[in-house]
Amino acid sequence: MCLAVPAKIVRLEESGQGTASYMGSEVRANFSLVPRARPGDWVIIHAGFAISIVDAREARETLRLFKEMAATDRR
Amino acid sequence: MTKISLELGSGGRLMRDFLAAKIVPAFRDPLLGELADATHLPGGIALTTDSYVVDPLFFPGGDIGTLAVNGTVNDLVVAGAEPRFLSLALILEEGLEAEVLDRVIGSIRTAAKRARVRIVTGDTKVVRRGQGDKVFINTAGIGRTVARPRLERVRRGDKLILTGTLGDHSLAVMLARGDFGLRSSVRSDCAPLVFLLPLWRAGARWMRDVTRGGLATVLSELVERLPYPVLIEEDAVPLSRPVRAASELLGIDPLYMACEGKAVIVAPAAKAAGILARVRRHPLGRRAAVIGEVQDRVGRPGELLLRTAAGGLRLLEPLTSELLPRIC
Amino acid sequence: MKELRDPAVLRRLLDEIGAKAGLLGRTPRLMEVCGTHTMTLFKHGLTPMLAEAGVEMVSGPGCPVCITPNAVHEAAIAAVTRTEGLTLAAFGDMTRVPTRKGSLQAAVPAAGSRLRIVYSPEEALDEARREPGRQVVFFGAGFETTIPGIAYTAKRAAAEGLRNFSILPALWLIPPALRAILDAGEIAVDGFIYPGHVSAVIGAAPYEFVARDYGIPGAIAGFEPGDMLLGVRSVLDQALAGRAEVALEYGRAIGREGNAVARALMDEVFEPFDAVWRGLGKIPGSGLRFRAEYAGLDAGRRWGMAAETAEMADASDLAGCRCGEVLRGVIRPAGCPLFSKRCRPDSPLGPCMVSFEGACLIHFKYGPVRRARS
Repeated sequence: MCLAVPAKIVRLEESGQGTASYMGSEVRANFSLVPRARPGDWVIIHAGFAISIVDAREARETLRLFKEMAATDRR
Repeated sequence: MTKISLELGSGGRLMRDFLAAKIVPAFRDPLLGELADATHLPGGIALTTDSYVVDPLFFPGGDIGTLAVNGTVNDLVVAGAEPRFLSLALILEEGLEAEVLDRVIGSIRTAAKRARVRIVTGDTKVVRRGQGDKVFINTAGIGRTVARPRLERVRRGDKLILTGTLGDHSLAVMLARGDFGLRSSVRSDCAPLVFLLPLWRAGARWMRDVTRGGLATVLSELVERLPYPVLIEEDAVPLSRPVRAASELLGIDPLYMACEGKAVIVAPAAKAAGILARVRRHPLGRRAAVIGEVQDRVGRPGELLLRTAAGGLRLLEPLTSELLPRIC
Repeated sequence: MKELRDPAVLRRLLDEIGAKAGLLGRTPRLMEVCGTHTMTLFKHGLTPMLAEAGVEMVSGPGCPVCITPNAVHEAAIAAVTRTEGLTLAAFGDMTRVPTRKGSLQAAVPAAGSRLRIVYSPEEALDEARREPGRQVVFFGAGFETTIPGIAYTAKRAAAEGLRNFSILPALWLIPPALRAILDAGEIAVDGFIYPGHVSAVIGAAPYEFVARDYGIPGAIAGFEPGDMLLGVRSVLDQALAGRAEVALEYGRAIGREGNAVARALMDEVFEPFDAVWRGLGKIPGSGLRFRAEYAGLDAGRRWGMAAETAEMADASDLAGCRCGEVLRGVIRPAGCPLFSKRCRPDSPLGPCMVSFEGACLIHFKYGPVRRARS
């Protein structure tokens, strides 16, 4: 019940609505649940609502860890 | 079953059971019994028919008119026939705007020219408002037999070639119906597959266009009739970026999404590279790829298997229900 | 994010998991309670790989479609078939559940009425705004991931004074269900994989009672294959160290404290009550209903279906259906005698075979079970 994707905020409107970009497609969503989010932030979007702001630093760290694991395996 | 349900029309097992229980026994004709999409007749011609009831009528990349021509043309091509003539039967709902009809007819004309077929006979009926969904179209197609593909000729080691990306048509229609907050550049891939005809001479053993039910459904039907399992490599399946995005966002599996201008070709191992190169030379085949193999290293006869991008192995079943966007 | 699907990385994580499970000296059984987690495991073929590594995965009641009693589905069907000029807006997942009155998708709407599949509750609200002469009922089903969005929509509808919008709620809370499964003691669970996006809203604290009171380790995990394996590895690490806690293995997307704004909204519009879950019966504090101030938006009340809603629902299944046991993790889909024989995706007898999140459908579509082709 958790189908959601990370998307990058493109534009925020006064109403709380806005658009985010996911793999080149534009998604309209409501950002009222993440009032601290700004354009350029990555958020998790579920059923038309952003429910969480992605921690860019942690995300990069996770990816780095995984890249490392992949690299050490390919000798 | 006492009443016809919408599910019956979705093309899955219910439809096949219906054909087997009601249609085939009623006519007892060996040609009909093959239940092929197009049938080769004595005299070197092939015949096919299809009805088109798409909603909405217009979508990015096409409309009911382009579908009505290309769908029937493609059924002939993948059965081994060069499409030549089409009949065109229109069922129109009372109150339909003339301008809408003009657009559809214009699309039919353009598509027929592109596919090099002639519309040579037809019919027009009008039904009361509320009794039809604006426009229904039936086309029957006649082609010249150029090959008689037989599944019995498929061998272990044969490769499966997919002529391009999956799901573009399905997504374009879905978003034209209700956009789900998604703005996408996707366009239906509705197109004639006439460019594949020379492949019959180049050694292709079998072809199928990937329509309703998607690749998984089409291959399930193939594998049911083979003495070997078929293995597909998930990583090798070409997908356009908009389809990738939408499938993650809406929770729809591209392996089940319909196309209207893509085919899967079974080619002998020795000829596969050559056939692939020829497909890729055509603008409609740029993203063609070898996606799998008829083999017996994994799985059992009759099984369609997928090696996932993660390295796991799972069974692929045919589509049994309508693809709906989900939140879970 | 394709690194999180890289086969070499997954192989390495699986090897680590195998080594740790070996050290444990028995096969640990881990339960995930989120249909999307079930999907990830099967779609990528992880379950057999984990079994080979010595870890048994079991699915819990993570499918909101499956645990919503038939009576609520039937209320939605009643709304669209009995009232004219009404739009019943629902998530795609909800529309194919077989009830005694057929499925929502197959229902014949009353004159001028229709069923509309939506991706977001806001789409339903937009229709109500655009067509003031039309009644719009949103069939709002979901867990804590989805509830804040529904709460927001309800609040907007109330603020705008919309008279033609209402919500039929089927809102469920995960932590009480976990407690119910543990208290039922039907199966031994050695660890939990907690749902990453539910946790985006509720944070980590609501699961702490599992570690503290039952001594069972758990990890909040994301939804890529790599995420889930990280979660499994974390649970095994805890078990080996004799520790039980709620580890966060999805820190890139969510924080331990969850989303306070979302929780406040949920709390403003809804209040908990003892809801009846299909297969699990009545669970204290496990459902949400409208607070008195928002009761005007309750479709159950507006359309006189109060008796058919979750409060007084009869949660029994259609004859022979054992979805309840599947939902509690007591049996696997293959353990139901109807599975893949009489109950199949094109002829489902229960919601577990219908819902895209249903364990039975997932096992059928993606499982390596050897089935006779018919």
